[in-house]
Amino acid sequence: MKTHDTTDRRPRIPLGRRLRRDRTLLLMTVPALLLVLVFHYVPILGNVVAFQDYDPYVSTNGVTAILESPWVGLAQFDRVLSDPAFWAAVENTLVFFLLQLVLFFPVPIALALLVHSLLRPRVRAFVQAVLYLPHFFSWVIVITVFQQIFGGAGIIAQTLREHGHEGFDLMTDPALFKFLVTAEGIWKDAGWGVIVFLAALAAVDHALYEAAAMDGADRWRRMWHVTLPALRPVVALLLVLRVGDALTVGFEQLLLQRDAVGPGAAEVLDTFVWWTGLRSQDFSYAAAAGLIKGIVGLALVLTANKAAHLMGEQGVYRK
Amino acid sequence: MTTRVLERPAPPVGGAARPSRWAAPARPVWEEPPTRAGLTAKAGLLVLACLAVLFPLWIVVVTSVSSKRTITEAGGLVVVPRDFTLIAYRELLSGGQVTRAVAVSLGVTLVGTLFSMTVSVLCAYGLSRPGSVGHRAILFTLMGTMFFGAGLIPTYLLVQTLGLTDTYLALILPSAVSVFNILVLRAFFMGISPELTDSARIDGAGDLRILWTIVMPLSRAVIAVITLFYAVGYWSAWFNASIYLNDQTMMPLQNVLIQLAQKQEIPVGLGQAVKAGNLSGLAVQMAVMVLALLPVAVLSPFVQKHFKKGMLTGAVKG
Repeated sequence: MKTHDTTDRRPRIPLGRRLRRDRTLLLMTVPALLLVLVFHYVPILGNVVAFQDYDPYVSTNGVTAILESPWVGLAQFDRVLSDPAFWAAVENTLVFFLLQLVLFFPVPIALALLVHSLLRPRVRAFVQAVLYLPHFFSWVIVITVFQQIFGGAGIIAQTLREHGHEGFDLMTDPALFKFLVTAEGIWKDAGWGVIVFLAALAAVDHALYEAAAMDGADRWRRMWHVTLPALRPVVALLLVLRVGDALTVGFEQLLLQRDAVGPGAAEVLDTFVWWTGLRSQDFSYAAAAGLIKGIVGLALVLTANKAAHLMGEQGVYRK
Repeated sequence: MTTRVLERPAPPVGGAARPSRWAAPARPVWEEPPTRAGLTAKAGLLVLACLAVLFPLWIVVVTSVSSKRTITEAGGLVVVPRDFTLIAYRELLSGGQVTRAVAVSLGVTLVGTLFSMTVSVLCAYGLSRPGSVGHRAILFTLMGTMFFGAGLIPTYLLVQTLGLTDTYLALILPSAVSVFNILVLRAFFMGISPELTDSARIDGAGDLRILWTIVMPLSRAVIAVITLFYAVGYWSAWFNASIYLNDQTMMPLQNVLIQLAQKQEIPVGLGQAVKAGNLSGLAVQMAVMVLALLPVAVLSPFVQKHFKKGMLTGAVKG
């Protein structure tokens, strides 16, 4: 992989001299490296509590508490895997993921085609600004906005009440909750997703459109034979990356609505870990559930990247 | 074969030599003129999409500046503005829970963004020279975070062990570095022509000086975008505050908004004003929302034309 890298075939400079030459560069990376090591790699080690019956109160210090807590082998994993609540969370996670894939994924593509067809620069910039805006809102704002529209005191319920219909509240309806969550996701991030596709559309060679038009292709055939094939690599890549991230479906978003609609409809793997660990203080059990999610997630990311490479695309990392 | 310019001459616009930026550029001749139905459908869809974003925000803003009488007459949220009053904002920002929360959020966002940007820009530059010692190992260490998340529980236990609970450091340090942002910055720095930096080096400039006087001024666009990303991240964050802070008086704005909106409460200290005066509890809630979304809504359009640079397109190179 680095055999053709010309920089490595320069005359060998002794390591000591190279270190001295690059010491400023190395020092510059130290703060970020330290933060990543402390707040990412050290907690990975902390996952050992999943193999314990961890009790934070045996000691005042987290490290000694780990050392003094009893080891239980894989008992926590047995407990997790035989817990119906865990499997319910798995099922919810997969349903949320599939709904997002089917309902969310095509929206940015369609929006990008619409925005791309806008020719007036000012109009286009305005539409883009509006569509990008919700991406920068926090989930707290997004959900509160949805409450004002679809909630029990929202504008729809208010209008219905004026016409004599009572009791409209989409925010606490478990049956429609999964669609509501997908709609919130679309409202927040579909506009933002447009950017990638707009970049791909801008890169299409105009001669292709012209040649197609000369051959008698109307606008629909040009879209089918020129535009959509140009988007194919981006679509494939994003699809693969989304699958690799399938187990992560809106932690903050669901946590904020968990109380209103109940865990039956809103519990996913991430909120399950939060509830069992931080609320019920069953740290080892939650860590085991989190570790299962992390390992399956890792397998998914690696598989997805492999798939991306097989399609001749660049994944998260390069082959 | 001669090449022909297949473009219609631009129509003269009111005698002006330069077409305005509102005017559409000329269509190429091979492109058929749009049909009336097609144009209507397209415009309809786009207007619908924009309204879906703007209408809810309109209701929120209008209700926040409406008087109690208007809100009562409307039966709740106000769609058509009848009057204009800033009483809700005046009450919220004259001291008390929300004023403090706004100050906390602003402080955490400013300090956090400055810290994150310093760390990220330094690291991105440190990794941007091809062939420097150890850059590959460091890069792989950083990218490891994109594959395996440590999980909520061990991270929580670590923050507790480090004694960061109930300090604002708990809102900054655990999420201070985004590897994604570092990779984007690095890709941009690597695109800067080496002639520029090399000539400065020959003239005796050190790496910090090169970064400050050459690389950063050339990367203003991407630095603006990444700054916005970090700032929005800090401003929008509420989860870390909810698990690491126990002291209610330390809570940032988003957490206060959760309490108000989700539990239909009124900010501490405003109960009397709502009961007595012409202040509506709903207007107060909506005003808190406006405060929470105003900074990002105002700032993001300024950076909009550079957003594309903040995407990780072809940024990951060994």
